[in-house]
Amino acid sequence: MRWINRYPGPAGRVALAALPFVLVGLAYAQASAARLADNPADRILPAPATLAATAWRLMTEPDRRSGSIEFWGDTVSSLSLLLAGVGIAGLIGLCLGLAIGLIPVVRAGLHGFVGVASMIPPLAILPILFITLGVGNAAKIALIAIGITPFLVRDLSARTLELPQEQIIKAQTLGASTLAVAVAVALPQILPRLIAALRLSLGPAWLFLIAAEAVASDSGLGYRVFLVRRFLAMDVILTYVAWITILAFLIDWGLARLSRWLFPWAEARG
Amino acid sequence: MTLVQVDGIFQSYGARPILERVNLSVAEGEFISIVGASGCGKSTFLRLLLDQERPTRGQITVDGQPLKGEPDRSRGIVFQRYSVFPHLSVRDNIVAAEGLRRPLGRLFGPARRAARARAEATLDRIGLAHVAGHYPAALSGGMQQRLAIAQALAAQPRILLLDEPFGALDPGTRDQMHGFLTELRAETRMTVFMVTHDLREAFKLGDRVIVFDKTRWDPHDPAAYGATITYDFDAKNGGIPYQLQEDQDGFPDPAPQPVA
Repeated sequence: MRWINRYPGPAGRVALAALPFVLVGLAYAQASAARLADNPADRILPAPATLAATAWRLMTEPDRRSGSIEFWGDTVSSLSLLLAGVGIAGLIGLCLGLAIGLIPVVRAGLHGFVGVASMIPPLAILPILFITLGVGNAAKIALIAIGITPFLVRDLSARTLELPQEQIIKAQTLGASTLAVAVAVALPQILPRLIAALRLSLGPAWLFLIAAEAVASDSGLGYRVFLVRRFLAMDVILTYVAWITILAFLIDWGLARLSRWLFPWAEARG
Repeated sequence: MTLVQVDGIFQSYGARPILERVNLSVAEGEFISIVGASGCGKSTFLRLLLDQERPTRGQITVDGQPLKGEPDRSRGIVFQRYSVFPHLSVRDNIVAAEGLRRPLGRLFGPARRAARARAEATLDRIGLAHVAGHYPAALSGGMQQRLAIAQALAAQPRILLLDEPFGALDPGTRDQMHGFLTELRAETRMTVFMVTHDLREAFKLGDRVIVFDKTRWDPHDPAAYGATITYDFDAKNGGIPYQLQEDQDGFPDPAPQPVA
């Protein structure tokens, strides 16, 4: 039987999905054990048990100086910056995308500009943001928003243009104005695309957040990772990296579920 | 009484002529079937009637008034595909015929409830009441087209334009749709233009069958000339062509007019 026609059963699927995780875990444990056998004071690859103990300590023990648990403070700080940046970008992307996709005059004016603006490397303008907006939260939110807005605008305007012309014509024969076409015909069909585009831009959004926190901050997940790097605290770094990964995955999964729940028709269309 | 008057229409895309010297006069309540080979400008003609495109030369008037430059509620359209809104339930697709003319494209409160009740009655009549809450993607092709026609009619247009509306349906469903359309037409007495590839369908439904074809043909440059109306059959009374009657009047014209 050809490989393209072989499908795993339910149990096989779970086993295959778990396999890469197990392999990576085993490889890490193996490497860590080998290094520790060589030098019990090695800090580069802490033993899994050490990692678990560190994670527990980080999540439960308050900082001696501030009295609060830094782990959760960092999480709230990072997530609120991420949410603000992605939210602003999503709103701008949605409005501009709809306008560019639906209105020829706006398209003629902005299409080229967005194409050029999306080529500016966002990290290269981070110094400008720090200079103009200061080193506080505003610069970090701006970096995230500036970093992913061009992609959202380009994707959503392309999706709007892809709406069958027949639907736009049909709406007009039913008496719809430009605003009515935008709000009642295009917008509801673009919203699932917005969520899909946001899922794709979450990776870059985290990248910009952590880069900005690494350069100038006093809290946040990225800040902590770069701070403890100086002490070679691999156990803390690995815990934070795992936590960031889990958060990013949960947000992605949540958005996918939200889309399926809000827009059942988009699923039905295939 | 003449409702639609088409005078000397030329339409070309760039240097390529599609239609030339198209003249037509259509009385209120007539059903015009439009047939012709692929690429002879049938759909272009329908787009001109819809006012989705402006002709290069010539003028179309409805009720004596020239078209305004964009589609509006006076002319409904059903395409072969993509005619209904995929994000609205079957019921809300009918409600949209009333709601889209509002500033935000939708109805609120009591107006919305009333429109929904009317939509239920419409769906009942066209046999789609049992799928009122479904999305169009869950419907068969025939049901989707029935919905598309009902949606276009809910706006009560004076003129209905059909662009190969039954082209993608199987023969049995197509026959059902013919009956459905004939019934609706008997109720509303609206003027219909239908583009079709199916001659039998054209003669079965139409009062007149008009044929688009090229009267001039350059074998070295097949795209050099556009098409025009070459035949205008009376499909009502045993299919006697108007040409016959006009020939007796000594009235040569590439696009003959019906005798009033």
